[in-house]
Amino acid sequence: MNDIPSRARAVIVGAGIVGNCLAYHLARLGWRDLVLVDKGPMPNPGGSTGHASNFIYPIEYSKMMMELTRDSTEQYKKLGVFSESGGLEVARTPERMTELRRRCSAAKAWEIPAELLTPAQVRGLVPFLDDSVILGGAHFPTVGVVDSLRAGTLMREDAENSGALTVLASTEILGITTAPDGSGAGRPGGRVTGVRTTAGDIETETCVICCGVWSPRLARMAGARIPLTPIVHQMISVGPIALFADTPGEISYPIVRDSDLNMYERQHGGDMEVGSYAHRPIIVDPGSIPSIEQSVLSPTELPFTQDDFDPQLAQALELMPDLLGDERAGVRYAINGLISMTPDGHPAIGETPEVAGLWSVAASWIKEGPGIGRAAAEQMTGGTPEIDIHEADISRFYPHQRTVAHVTARAAEGFNKMYGIVHPAEQWESGRPTRVGPAYDREHDLGAVCFETAGWERPFWYESNAALLDRYAGKLMERTGEWESRWWSPIINAEHLAMRDAAALIDLSAFAVLDVAGPGALDAVQYLAVAQLDVAPGRVVYTSLLDDRGGFRGDLTVMRLATDRFRVVTGGATGQMDLKWITDHLPAGCEAVVTDVTSAWTTLGLWGPKARDILARVSPDDLSHAGMAFGTCKEVEVGALTVLASRISYVGELGWELYVPMEQGGKLWDLLWDAGQPDGLIAAGIGVYGTTGRLEKGYRSFGDELTADFNLVEAGMTRPRVKAQDFVGKAAYLAQRERPPAAVLCTLTVDDHASASGELRYPLGGEPVLGPDGAVLTDSRGRTSYVTSAGSGPSVGRHILLAYLPADHAVAGAALAVEYLGERYPVTVAVAGSTPLFDPANDRIRC
Amino acid sequence: MTVLGVLETEPGGGAADASLRALAVAGALAASAGEDLAAAWFGPVGAVDRGGLAAAGVARGWAIGPDELSGYAPLAWARALAGLASAGSSGSAAGPPGGGGPVSAVVAAATDHGNEVLAHLGAITGLPMAANCVSATRTGPGECRLVRQRWAGSLLEDAVLEAPLALLTVATDAVEAPAAGGQDDGRPADAGIGVERYEPELADGDLLVRAAESQQRRSGVSLASARVVVGGGRGVGGPEGFAALEELAGLLGAAVGVSRVVTSEGWRPHRQQVGQTGTKITPELYLACGISGAIQHMAGCQGAKTIVAINTDAGAPIVAKADYAVIGDLHEVIPALLAALRERQA
Amino acid sequence: MEICVCVKRVPMVGGSIAVTADGLDVDVTMSGFTVSPHEECAVEEAVQITERLGGSVTVLTLGPPEAAGQLRDMLALGASRGVLLQTDGAEWGSVATAAAIAAAVRDGGYELLLFGNEAADTGGYQVPVRVAHLLGLPCLTGIKRLEVGAEDGDGPRRIVAAREYRGAEEAFEVALPAVVSVKEGINLPRYPSLPGRLRAKRAVIETIEPSFAPDGLRKERLRVPAGSGKRAQVLGSGTDAVPALVGLLDELGILS
Repeated sequence: MNDIPSRARAVIVGAGIVGNCLAYHLARLGWRDLVLVDKGPMPNPGGSTGHASNFIYPIEYSKMMMELTRDSTEQYKKLGVFSESGGLEVARTPERMTELRRRCSAAKAWEIPAELLTPAQVRGLVPFLDDSVILGGAHFPTVGVVDSLRAGTLMREDAENSGALTVLASTEILGITTAPDGSGAGRPGGRVTGVRTTAGDIETETCVICCGVWSPRLARMAGARIPLTPIVHQMISVGPIALFADTPGEISYPIVRDSDLNMYERQHGGDMEVGSYAHRPIIVDPGSIPSIEQSVLSPTELPFTQDDFDPQLAQALELMPDLLGDERAGVRYAINGLISMTPDGHPAIGETPEVAGLWSVAASWIKEGPGIGRAAAEQMTGGTPEIDIHEADISRFYPHQRTVAHVTARAAEGFNKMYGIVHPAEQWESGRPTRVGPAYDREHDLGAVCFETAGWERPFWYESNAALLDRYAGKLMERTGEWESRWWSPIINAEHLAMRDAAALIDLSAFAVLDVAGPGALDAVQYLAVAQLDVAPGRVVYTSLLDDRGGFRGDLTVMRLATDRFRVVTGGATGQMDLKWITDHLPAGCEAVVTDVTSAWTTLGLWGPKARDILARVSPDDLSHAGMAFGTCKEVEVGALTVLASRISYVGELGWELYVPMEQGGKLWDLLWDAGQPDGLIAAGIGVYGTTGRLEKGYRSFGDELTADFNLVEAGMTRPRVKAQDFVGKAAYLAQRERPPAAVLCTLTVDDHASASGELRYPLGGEPVLGPDGAVLTDSRGRTSYVTSAGSGPSVGRHILLAYLPADHAVAGAALAVEYLGERYPVTVAVAGSTPLFDPANDRIRC
Repeated sequence: MTVLGVLETEPGGGAADASLRALAVAGALAASAGEDLAAAWFGPVGAVDRGGLAAAGVARGWAIGPDELSGYAPLAWARALAGLASAGSSGSAAGPPGGGGPVSAVVAAATDHGNEVLAHLGAITGLPMAANCVSATRTGPGECRLVRQRWAGSLLEDAVLEAPLALLTVATDAVEAPAAGGQDDGRPADAGIGVERYEPELADGDLLVRAAESQQRRSGVSLASARVVVGGGRGVGGPEGFAALEELAGLLGAAVGVSRVVTSEGWRPHRQQVGQTGTKITPELYLACGISGAIQHMAGCQGAKTIVAINTDAGAPIVAKADYAVIGDLHEVIPALLAALRERQA
Repeated sequence: MEICVCVKRVPMVGGSIAVTADGLDVDVTMSGFTVSPHEECAVEEAVQITERLGGSVTVLTLGPPEAAGQLRDMLALGASRGVLLQTDGAEWGSVATAAAIAAAVRDGGYELLLFGNEAADTGGYQVPVRVAHLLGLPCLTGIKRLEVGAEDGDGPRRIVAAREYRGAEEAFEVALPAVVSVKEGINLPRYPSLPGRLRAKRAVIETIEPSFAPDGLRKERLRVPAGSGKRAQVLGSGTDAVPALVGLLDELGILS
């Protein structure tokens, strides 16, 4: 037993897979005086790691999750605790077969071996499987199992042996102490000053919560929230299995995912483990997790509830009738295992927005643990993680998304999607509507079909515009494929065409609006943004924010409202992360205050060739090109409202973003709506704003094209000059400019949509881009080419794809292919670089 | 009125230790009501040490016969106690022969025999029976307050027993045995008590269930009465791991006990199980090696005076319940302990 | 041979038991439920007997509607019929429990009524004996070895049952029908097979609603014994602790 240190550089709470890996990576990155605390014993303190089924499927639709899994697998292999078993997903339904094709295509995008199999081929790999109940399967030969407890032990001991780490087992955290934050960053919960434990107090400025299902409880000790909930995953172990009696080692047969049943079967020595995600979502309050003493097995191995498992049992037996149906094999172990689940299913990594120095590294599976440990360690060391983990950033959650009600509702809804067939645009049902703009009722009356972003209800299209379908018949690129027809309507394309013909009113209430004000405001925004922001008041600047490696960290517009006041407008989805990034990166001593004014302002977009005529009808101000140039903003009167008008566009048309106080948004809508009727103004949804209008113009989107993996040069977004002032990522950016890009962002169009069956199919994004040899394109940095965005271009009559291509393939006219649902479709590089497909000279904007 | 303690006798003669412990609780009950304490046993008048009983506060005794009743026959024994308890109660309130007045309570040790006989007595009389009591106090005519064990002693229940005749068994691992020969009531110990013979009337079939007791007894130290017990749990790792524990038990004159997981894994026979579903032990020292300390196990060893745990996990429940702990791997600690003990002996 | 096994639904407990705020019950918020370990062995014994001699096993419990779950657990182990004496969940005393069970099994044609020796929670030790009295049957308790004789001619089947008592074996022989309560160790209960679970899931459970009668033993309060939650004095770590350990043994007089 170690004596308890009185001070630590960082206290890591939780010795599961994440805490151990984090300790290891922090030590490797030079941290010393680390303390790892767990209330349980080593090596299995009783958390979810201890009962994990420990298998790793490398396939993920999320690039981040795929990369974390890939990195973790490499780490496990290095530790010698990985056994490759192969994995099979079997399909009982045609829908699942289609899904397996999609998964195999995704696998190709990440260069992961995958192959579709016939039922007989499946049986060839798993002889105890009844192939008459399946339609086929997909084989992933690189699936494997790991010994996560051993991995954690090796990593922890490595850190201990290096002298960097003190381990306090069987020591419980009683409190996390904080003090008011003197940095001026305005953290409501102050900053961490120490932890109190059953073994004594430790002073520290950094406390990392790696406590899995307990994390919310720990975070609350410091006044922060980690939005995850414990939820039950049932698992049983059946044995002895006669067939496994003589097999060597832990696993000799591929792991089988019976995804239509939401179950898996995995050999574990002489037993077969059967896990289920099919049962009702069983949410557990973190406060009611039993103590180690009260637990029959461990605190996260709750008593099995047979009734929840029973309904799937008969079907599970159908798949492996002889093996699981053996009367001599008994259920030797059965648990309601607790796992962590966040509202969106991704991990929660990063410093909490509430308390400085309080970090969350939580909601990780075994398959991502080591990768997450490494990424978090890199982040804590002040750098940018090698893997872009912004989708896992704990600061992505808005306050309402951190509430117990939201977390539990979304976790419950997401639970049964674990093995589900989830469409990329699939919408959540629970907790809606939560955030609505002032025109919500009007939009509802127009038949708005809303998608949700960060809690906001955003009309994606309007059913009332179905009347336009006739007008644009033949130009609507209608879809017959079931998959790409989901969460889509040809009305989007009709709205697009109507906007290009006349004008459209688009609700942009979901914008996050952040004001930076004070004597140091200019210094603040200059240090954050790539673009030159020392511009005249009244100018609007579109800019990227970079991380220190020159990857994209943000993408937003900045209005200079006064010499000492800037208004930053960014997407709703990233608003909270951008807010934290901006406050975290205020230059030292900078006298600037960042205020989130999102709830004070609403935004309506008015775009189209008739936009000026319409606005002029209700505004006395000079709206002419000469009077209000592109890229400027000013206060104008609209009816009796004073409106901040910003002349920019994300859809490639003349028009404005119009900002008014939230409570006047309804009035503004009415004024514009009425004024626009003579010119054929329509309401258009985000389908136009975010996809069709954007893609025709080749505008990049944060999180799709603009990620930490790519840079301004590759994205074709360089300006002739780099500003003299320093900004985050400048050095990296300057270096990037000196080198030819390894990849170039291109606009591609699909040449032939006909599938083998003759049906016209439309890729949705994520598809691998294949070279003439049928192999996925890979650039000189080893990055594969995949479709970052896809959608209709109704005005150009083409289905448009964006993708980073290796420089030598990034040539206009190059013939390539994409693989969609297992079939190849020919595509052509339409534009290499950022020139728009539609209105390349931007005449429609600058007029 | 009289509180009647039922004694079991040792094969070699004398009252069983468990019975003496039960007698202490019976005595306290009698004292709380200002009643006499009496004792009854099956067998000859001289089967127990009358001086010892006097020292324990017993006023008089009954040796229940005939001799065939000294062989265990639960229903017949219960019938006899029912007869003894009811003698006089339907008549002149004289109580059983020998004086002291009617019987208000029958108290036995919560052994297999004591529980079984008192259950039969409860069934015969139609009265409730409270098993595993830790203490009992009379609070009124026909009413006692009890503390009894639940979950084999992991919980205590405060209860009220309303019955004209209180039927109790005593959880003997939770009460102290009266000090041998200890007496302070001024009565000469060697005076002994008056013992009468009581011959019950048996009903047909009362002797249908009779024990045929094998004469073979297990050699070695009996787990239930061992002065020292060396316990082994999951941490022992397998059947072969018990060799070292056996050796240690040999050196300490101890019995080996095991946790439930050890018997369910088939590493050791069930009769060595210490726990709620095994044997309850009351040693001076219990050395628990590689045992986590689940409720089921602690229920069997909480009667130990001192518990020393050897465990790799400082957070194991047993560490919270033991008196002393060594945090470490028993596979390292036990061999070192053996070496130290051998060296000492040499 | 028809056998009825009586089981009781009890919470699964770990290393410590918590009591509800009102002190009247065990806090089962996060508990699972099971049957007492002795009873699991009783079911196993019954199943083994019927596997050997034919016949079937009925499992019976008195408890709340949820106790049907425990009956199904037992059905999965090989019992074929379940009877639930359904209560509102209030705790029943031994007298009333025995009366309800006796009434339910009286005309069931059972040759053998098996019980666990005592319930894990209340530890009352008397329901089997009371049931035997009500039915006029012989009763054996604490049994750890049970031999059921063959049917021979006209005479009733006989059983030999034994238990260990104070280091010696006590054996009993009686003719059936009889009541027998067994203890863990009589056998090693099997785990349920998945087909067994399926059969259990589909089995129909017969429900009877007996009427409650209070008896003279009244629970007032449950509490955790004093002394729980203390921590041991740590003598040391690993082999370094051996001298301290030897010293302690000496102090306790073990080595003298």
